[in-house]
Amino acid sequence: MISIKNVNKSYGDHHVLTDINLEVPKSNVIALIGPSGAGKSTLIRTINALETIDSGEIIVDGISIHDKKTNINKARTNIGFVFQSFNLYPFKTALENVTMAPMKVKGLSKEAAEKRGKELLTQLGLGDKFDAYPGRLSGGQQQRVAIARAVAMDPEVMLFDEPTSALDPEMVKEVLDAIRSLADAGMTMVVVTHEMGFAKEICNDIVFMAEGKIVEVAPPSEFFTAPKTVRAQEFLKAVLNH
Amino acid sequence: MSSMSWDWSVVSDNWEVLMLGAWFTIKISFIALIFSLPIGIIVGFGRIAKNPVIRFLAGAYVEIMRGVPLLVLLMWIYIGLGDVVNVETTVAAVIGLATFNGAFLAEIFRAGVQAVPKGQMEAARASGMTSAQAMRYIILPQAVRRIMPPSASQFIMLIKDSSLISVIGGVDLMLKGKNLVATTLKPLEIYTAIAVIYFIMTFVLSLVIRYFEKRMMDKEQ
Repeated sequence: MISIKNVNKSYGDHHVLTDINLEVPKSNVIALIGPSGAGKSTLIRTINALETIDSGEIIVDGISIHDKKTNINKARTNIGFVFQSFNLYPFKTALENVTMAPMKVKGLSKEAAEKRGKELLTQLGLGDKFDAYPGRLSGGQQQRVAIARAVAMDPEVMLFDEPTSALDPEMVKEVLDAIRSLADAGMTMVVVTHEMGFAKEICNDIVFMAEGKIVEVAPPSEFFTAPKTVRAQEFLKAVLNH
Repeated sequence: MSSMSWDWSVVSDNWEVLMLGAWFTIKISFIALIFSLPIGIIVGFGRIAKNPVIRFLAGAYVEIMRGVPLLVLLMWIYIGLGDVVNVETTVAAVIGLATFNGAFLAEIFRAGVQAVPKGQMEAARASGMTSAQAMRYIILPQAVRRIMPPSASQFIMLIKDSSLISVIGGVDLMLKGKNLVATTLKPLEIYTAIAVIYFIMTFVLSLVIRYFEKRMMDKEQ
């Protein structure tokens, strides 16, 4: 479903992504983990072209994302993106946040968009928050609205860029539960995360990055018990023993 | 021991003349405002355009307008342009005020758009909106809230700045006042009355703006 081939990107002399190759089959869930500055966020942002690449190719559902001939706006409707800082539209209600793109981009009628929007918000436990403005919602609620907003476009792929990093600890679970329910429904997903327990539980593969490179790819059962590379061993030692 | 005593009768006797001037000031300020809005929008967006030539031209316009005194600009348009084509005072006044005010509005609009967090544009684009759609549905509605208060202050400045058109013969409140001073020889009374009239015009405007601002904020949440 997602195919990343020989992707490179640098800012001046600084190589942020070096020879990235990664395949994500349909309905698989991949966790991108690694120390900060490893290029995880940059990589996930190249998958829907929020970041450009210098060379290589990224194909999502058969469409070459960075090809100049590709209609990127159309391609993005198939790729849901959830930000660390939610980025909800503050002047729109929760429901309006969710119905905005289906109406303006896909041309859905207000009735159809609202019906679907209410369904999604209700599924995510926000059935009583349709008319609430983001400023009145907790971080966990805002992130669930953001997830509903992305899912409302019926994408084939969902990308999560540190979806729980900006949350208070007690709100992490509700957001992870929402992501888990999408995984259970067979959504293809890439998740940049520091939640090792979560990664272990729902991911098909762990992709470990450091210094702009993919260092190790392994199923969680192997990665967390017997990481092959020294770099991954050091990282796990640092994050798990505290 | 000043022998001076205030004689307000010159004001009440000439009230109609002053009101005529005030009405002209209001009219010319509004007309200049209307023309300065598209200038402000075009130049403001030019300042953040992707094209470097457009960005340079818009930047140059703003810097020049900010650097040249309005009085000089008005003179230049009236005399300089008047040399080539026949420009009426009113037309020269509107051109001068609108181009000048447009540059300041451009900066306000630019700052308003840029003050919307980057994540808003990213969220809109990530959902498949074109940059024009994102601008229209997501960025501008938020920018307007930031643009309104400083634009209102700028309009108040415009009303006061418009007093300079009296030097090119604009029959505004200021010129009416100057003429009255020349005929009555009561400058203090006349200029005090003018100051009060300008203050009332701008203060009423301030109140109206504050009312709308408050209503907009209440609606928000």
